[in-house]
Amino acid sequence: MTERNRLEAGGRIDRSHPLEFRFDGRSLTGYRGDTLASALLANGVHLVGRSFKYHRPRGVLGIGAEEPNALVQVARGAQTEPNVRATQLMLYEGLEASSQNRWPSLAVDLGGLADLASSWMPAGFYYKTFMWPARLWPFYERAIRRMAGLGRAPAAADPDDYDHMHAHCDVLVVGAGAAGLAAALAAARCGARVILADDQSEAGGQLLGERYEIGGRSALAWVSGAMAELRAMSEVRVLQRTTITGHYDHGYLIGCQVFREPGQPDPVGVPRQRLWKIRARRTVIAAGSIERPLVFPDNDRPGIMLAFAARAYCNRYGVRSGSRVVVVTACDDAYRTALDLAAAGVGIAAVVDLRPSGSGHLPRQVRARGIEVLIGQRIVGVRGRARVEALRTQSSAGGAIREIACDLVAMSAGWIPSVHLFSQARGELQFDERLGVFVPLGRLENVVCVGAARGTASLRGALQDGFFAGQVAAQACGLAGREEAQDIATVEPEEAPLDWRGIFGAASLGGRQFVDFQNDVTVDDVRLAVREGYDAPEHLKRYTTAGMGVDQGRTGNINVLALLAEARAEAMTTIAPTTFRPPYQALSFGAIAGALVGPLHAPTRKTPMHDWHAGRGAVFENVGQWKRPRHYPSAGETLQAAVDRECLAVRRGVAIADVSTLGNIDVQGPDAEAFIDRIYCTRMSALGIGRCRYGLMLRQDGMIFDDGIAARLGEQHYLVSTTTAGAASVFAWMEEWLQTEWPDLRVYCTSVTEHYAQIALSGPRSLELLGPLVDIELDAMPFMSMREARVAGVPARVFRLSYTGGPGFEIAVPAGRAYELWTTLFGAGERFGIIAYGTEAMHVLRAERGFIMVGHETDGSVTPGDLGFEGRLAMDKPFIGKRSLRRADLLRLDRKRLVGLLTQAPDCVLPEGAQLLDEPIDSPQSAAPVAMIGHVTSSYFSAHCARSIALGLVRGGQARLGDTLYAWVDGRAIEVTVTAPRFLDAAGKYAYG
Amino acid sequence: MLLIPCPWCGPRDETEFTCGGEAHIVTPRAPEDLDDEAWGEFLYLRTNPKGRCAERWVHTHGCRRWFNVLRDTVTERILTVYEVGARPPQAGDD
Repeated sequence: MTERNRLEAGGRIDRSHPLEFRFDGRSLTGYRGDTLASALLANGVHLVGRSFKYHRPRGVLGIGAEEPNALVQVARGAQTEPNVRATQLMLYEGLEASSQNRWPSLAVDLGGLADLASSWMPAGFYYKTFMWPARLWPFYERAIRRMAGLGRAPAAADPDDYDHMHAHCDVLVVGAGAAGLAAALAAARCGARVILADDQSEAGGQLLGERYEIGGRSALAWVSGAMAELRAMSEVRVLQRTTITGHYDHGYLIGCQVFREPGQPDPVGVPRQRLWKIRARRTVIAAGSIERPLVFPDNDRPGIMLAFAARAYCNRYGVRSGSRVVVVTACDDAYRTALDLAAAGVGIAAVVDLRPSGSGHLPRQVRARGIEVLIGQRIVGVRGRARVEALRTQSSAGGAIREIACDLVAMSAGWIPSVHLFSQARGELQFDERLGVFVPLGRLENVVCVGAARGTASLRGALQDGFFAGQVAAQACGLAGREEAQDIATVEPEEAPLDWRGIFGAASLGGRQFVDFQNDVTVDDVRLAVREGYDAPEHLKRYTTAGMGVDQGRTGNINVLALLAEARAEAMTTIAPTTFRPPYQALSFGAIAGALVGPLHAPTRKTPMHDWHAGRGAVFENVGQWKRPRHYPSAGETLQAAVDRECLAVRRGVAIADVSTLGNIDVQGPDAEAFIDRIYCTRMSALGIGRCRYGLMLRQDGMIFDDGIAARLGEQHYLVSTTTAGAASVFAWMEEWLQTEWPDLRVYCTSVTEHYAQIALSGPRSLELLGPLVDIELDAMPFMSMREARVAGVPARVFRLSYTGGPGFEIAVPAGRAYELWTTLFGAGERFGIIAYGTEAMHVLRAERGFIMVGHETDGSVTPGDLGFEGRLAMDKPFIGKRSLRRADLLRLDRKRLVGLLTQAPDCVLPEGAQLLDEPIDSPQSAAPVAMIGHVTSSYFSAHCARSIALGLVRGGQARLGDTLYAWVDGRAIEVTVTAPRFLDAAGKYAYG
Repeated sequence: MLLIPCPWCGPRDETEFTCGGEAHIVTPRAPEDLDDEAWGEFLYLRTNPKGRCAERWVHTHGCRRWFNVLRDTVTERILTVYEVGARPPQAGDD
């Protein structure tokens, strides 16, 4: 055995499995079953970190989730994780950890100078000091940020795996201590499906650190028996190392299970963490309690520890945290620390009791061992800086100060129930005078707190609580309770009450008395904040930052609130604690993301021709979940050069595009005609079979929602196309109207987007190309019509229409035949010099023609009239949004209206989104605010027009043709001329040449 | 996260549903007869009650059916679900 503070025997560590680890570069040893904290203490390492603000030396305070000081950086590289509580980190072979918030080293930390300056750094220091001059704030902020912060975030992507699990149960029990095990047993014996979640590496809760007995045998033997029984039941699931961290509506709870620590090797392929999403019919919260620290000058020195932690390190890990111990207490419970440590052979210097008397059975046992007990004391300070050397105490009545030499101070001011999960679920809390803490007020409909989590002090009470709650929960799930709690008989003598008011006995002494260790908040800070008017718990919290560290004030909040009540000279019952919100313990991004990272982050939709596009070097863009070819650059070609080439092919020859991603909705039924008329603001019912029409869909408020072509396939049969991104929402919108407003319409809608693929053939030579391949007379097809045909033998719907404003066809075929047809068409087109064009060219081509694009020219606040469509509205029929179009605001003449915009310089392409002004302004510093009268919605360089073109929305634009406006771009005004929103004449030539 | 009892599929997580806002907003039979204020009220004004609230929900990632939910906005309790077009249950019915 090499650890100097490891006891010869005892504890629940596996002494047959020694482990090597490193802390701040030092090689140390421990055992399997140790936490990093217990292993460090076994090696005599108390100084483990520096505090956040004053860089004071800090040691291990607690033993679990409450730990505010022992935060370490674990592992290296991409797996490194900051702010890990050493008290929860299970030791593994090769673990590397380092202390945080110190430079150059833990022992010599220059940041510690802040401690010397601390009297000039009270609460609100940053708010008060760095306000002036305001222009220096960026400098201050950089300096403060360098000083502040705890660990370092990893710089590379997390290489570990994480996963998610959904689970359902009748009864979720949170915590596998005495009360939780009793609840799980009682519920399970009634036949309930039970999940028992516990954050420790093994069940037992506080019992793991005690030497209690249950029913005449060791409490841990009872725990083993209970666990064996639970594990044997098929409907019980036990989750160790699982912290339930969020409690939401309707019995929904989130927990995080840890399988491997940061940097721990993975020999068997388990994830590092698993996020549990649990839906529980009933929840029993047996989350235990956290010991409350005492408040006295320099109570943060390394070697000052919570009393339970001190005996639990001894009982559970076989570690003596000191060799000469003083126990300081305001309750009887801490006397157990003196008894347990003395039984392990540790020297106890004295027990210092703040209460005026100490006469219960525990003080009697301590005295009987010959240990000195001082009563009616107050602690005036300690000696020692990097490690406590002596405790200084005097009678609360005054008098001589006695200095007791020691290397460990074990302190207790009673216990704080862990009500976080109860409060998260909106459970109310009330102040308990006897315990001096907030406890749950009753229970919620499906949630109850048991044991220490509801302030039950005794083991017997915790067991009874648990058994009862487990049975009630099972019964509430319709299961018969048939278990009596007969095997829990344990007798405990009464303990003398806590004196929680006494814990501030030293508060008048001054000095640095910490209430929030992690955020360095002192008694003086709280009092100053109250004097300055921050006397509500919420304000106090934010002003002093008490409770805002990663420990969320688990040890400190209650003392902060008690001080607040004292400073306000009011009773604690007038204080409402700040609301607990999820998460109880921080979740890693990895756990939240689970397996949904990289290619699994979102589904990818590909058209049947995707591989062809990829093979031709297409550059893809994401449109919703679809991958669409944006352009097909030749070797070394820029985006603009490729787009120019593709656009000119469409205008001069023939080009082919994949338009399969546009939404297609098949609408059928006896009332299909009426339905189609109501969803478009243009007339559709007049459409003959085989004819197509462009239409706009409006929301009830009159704003454009989506657009597309409707084709009439039969008397009662339409095909509605939508934008790529709007397909799902248009379909859902149709279903909504049919189900909720028009249930009388006999219409059936089916999304057929993926059933068909659609190919656009565009350009003056498209007819020449397609004609020989089809079994119909294309020449006879009018513009905006549809015919069923076979194209190169493939059954197809041939549409004579285009989104380019020039001649063209679109061919829809079953998705499974699309690749074949595409390659056939491309092969047949080679003698015409066919090329493929992408979405970028489509955008330019439609803008040349003045076709709008939903999402560019519309933004949810644009009406058909704003785009110049008023003449095509069918106001003599009902349609969605019709009445709104008559609202006075939508009839204003100065609404923004679609126009074309041309710059003076033909090669100047305006940025989309640029604001338009009536007057040029010299500089952004111009004194007067400038009215923005519109903005650029689409802007491209058009190779066909041999110049830049843009569309925009301009206030009263219909009356401003020919006017000069100014686009504000990068700090200067660019002159633009307003034109009609169309750049081609009837012959397809540039109209303003 | 709410557990919503879809009348067709049974209880499912809230993430499978989409809320369509307050229920029982009657679309005017003759919108053309309404003045702008009355139409604006129909379009935009909702009661936003504290307590019992009738809402429309659709089981988007399930049966895609719309139905009504009577929910208490304070306790988040779902008191009942009922068909589109049915009258809202009166206080005390649950």
